Amino acid sequence: MKGFLRRNIVPIVFLTLCAIGFYYAKMSAAFFVHDLISRLVRNSFIVISLIIPVLAGMGLNFGIVLGAMAGQFGAIFTVFWEIEGFWGFMLSAAISVPLSVLFGWWTGALFNRTKGKEMITGLILSFFANGVYLLICLVLVGWIIPVSEDNAYLLLPGGAGLVNTIDLGIWQYAIDKFFYFKIGIITIPVLPLALTGLLCLWIWHLFRTKLGQDIRAVGQNRHIAEVAGIGVDRVRIISVIFSTVLAAWGQLLFLQNMGSLQTYGSHVQVGTFAVAALLVGGATVNRATVWQALLGILLFHALFIVSPNAGKNLMGSAQIGEFFRVFVAYGIIGVALVLHAWQRKKQ
Amino acid sequence: MPENRIGAWIARVGLPRLIIGVFLIALVAAGIALNLPMDQIVGSMLTRFGMNLLLVLALIPTIQSGSGPNFGLPFGIICGLITATLAIELDLRNFTALAFAVGLAIPMGAFAGWLYGLLLNRVKGQEMTVGTYMGFSIVSLMSIFWLVAPYHSPEMIWPYGGSGLRVTIVLKDRMDQILDKLLAFDIGGIAIPTGLLLFAILCCVGLWLFMRTKTGIAMTIVGSNPRFAEATGLNVNKYRVYGSMISCAMAAVGIIIYSQSFGFLQLYQAPLYMALYMVSAILIGGASLQRATITHAIIGTFLFNGLLVAALPVANEVVPGDISEVVRVIISNGIILYALSRKEEGGYAK
Repeated sequence: MKGFLRRNIVPIVFLTLCAIGFYYAKMSAAFFVHDLISRLVRNSFIVISLIIPVLAGMGLNFGIVLGAMAGQFGAIFTVFWEIEGFWGFMLSAAISVPLSVLFGWWTGALFNRTKGKEMITGLILSFFANGVYLLICLVLVGWIIPVSEDNAYLLLPGGAGLVNTIDLGIWQYAIDKFFYFKIGIITIPVLPLALTGLLCLWIWHLFRTKLGQDIRAVGQNRHIAEVAGIGVDRVRIISVIFSTVLAAWGQLLFLQNMGSLQTYGSHVQVGTFAVAALLVGGATVNRATVWQALLGILLFHALFIVSPNAGKNLMGSAQIGEFFRVFVAYGIIGVALVLHAWQRKKQ
Repeated sequence: MPENRIGAWIARVGLPRLIIGVFLIALVAAGIALNLPMDQIVGSMLTRFGMNLLLVLALIPTIQSGSGPNFGLPFGIICGLITATLAIELDLRNFTALAFAVGLAIPMGAFAGWLYGLLLNRVKGQEMTVGTYMGFSIVSLMSIFWLVAPYHSPEMIWPYGGSGLRVTIVLKDRMDQILDKLLAFDIGGIAIPTGLLLFAILCCVGLWLFMRTKTGIAMTIVGSNPRFAEATGLNVNKYRVYGSMISCAMAAVGIIIYSQSFGFLQLYQAPLYMALYMVSAILIGGASLQRATITHAIIGTFLFNGLLVAALPVANEVVPGDISEVVRVIISNGIILYALSRKEEGGYAK
């Protein structure tokens, strides 16, 4: 009993926090469940994408922001070409693959140069990549990169740079409403749930293959893996590529649910919130499972749903709830990193 | 052989310093060619240099004592913001306000740095990651504080009710540019912020003297070789905490100097990425994650801020749209990535 408590202290604390928040938010349970399911399916891929690098011993991959960018490039292309519906979504997912493989490869190569400092490297890399993304989308598009007359409505008034919000109505809900049914007001989107299930199965399967075993071996001890004849650097790059591609698809699933792309904002917090969600589920810097990812999304996003209302009812300001959840996201990552460093020092 | 000599020269100057330096010279040349008001640009370069120098200098104690560049700078910055808002709340003006804010910021910053230093000693090897996220956490926690804190001064709360302090607080008639304007004069149209620069020089001299005291030297030894330091009987953890305390106290004063020159206090999310920009400045100056000198800080602050100041007007002439923020993000994070990926021996700050 005591061991169970200690192992699961983080999810238990969050469950309590969510319960208190839910009580004070005074919202309907059906609405809460509806919102929670939609948040589960739109975040599942991104959070699960973190698992492979964790098991490969690279810690929490803040570099998934690059994957999210690859996904957004895919989305922007389909908007420019006006390819609608299910196939529009599939095309953007397809376009994001070569981009995210390339980004993942670069990230992995950089991580191999900074072994032991992957997390701070990934974090700074995500900021750096955001700068390059801004350079492309805000400065080069329309100035150096030509945009046809028909699509001029996607540019800022000055004639250079994409608009702040791009409407994704052409393939909004392409996956979510592909096949769904309702229980009361609760919508059950079957396809995204099925895709999440498939992804979990694939992760489970991956770690039963040779490659998966190699990833685990590298994660447990790089030097022993090297001696055992595993190409450590190669395995690490492959892990990051997997992670980046999954993050790209995850971002697209997120966008098709939201229905609009905040050109300069949608990707910025992806890393922080995904990492925080995984940690809330009880994962650590070197141990993570699919179940922890799913539980983490549910708990973390439950807090997201209740915190503005709870903040308003408790403290008289919805903004306090907003700041509180941002603080929780950063704080949980900070605490997890402290605990990790602490344990490593003890060993 | 000439190639070798060029290679050696580049190695000595350092690649980042060289690239940014050449870039800056090119921008200034372009500015002159485009007939931009260079006197104003040079004047604001000097001001930006003075504004930022103390915050960049604040990184030296932690780097030298072996905890790496202080990504936990927001701990100190927050203290400075609290004391500056307190000075306004107490209706202080001019030098009284500045002296009060600075005088209170030093012990507060040192206290925050003491707590932060104790934390850093428990996470050796992960200081940068932990520091970054602890910095982010404290900034968002303090955002709640700014919302609920019981301030009453009408200059700071929202004019039509609503809770909390404003996002930016105007310092006009409080301590707006009082150091900048002290003994200020013009040379050929270039406004020299004498007081600000004198204060910056004073800080450099103070830190230089401190690093040569017994404590300062012990800190450097602890940072460059912790095992050796332990063997000679130095208490490694104690000196690392000192480094963090001094760093945060300097950051607390630094943000007040920065704000008085800027003319505004920026609250809420504004300090979030500040540490990153300061770290990149010192790295551009030629510092590494294990070694930094006052010269590095001076050169880096001038190059980085000079570049940003010069980039905006020049870019506006050439490029449609706003590019200066983009340049800032790319350069500052690019330089940190470069420093991270360099293979370095010794030290264990990561």
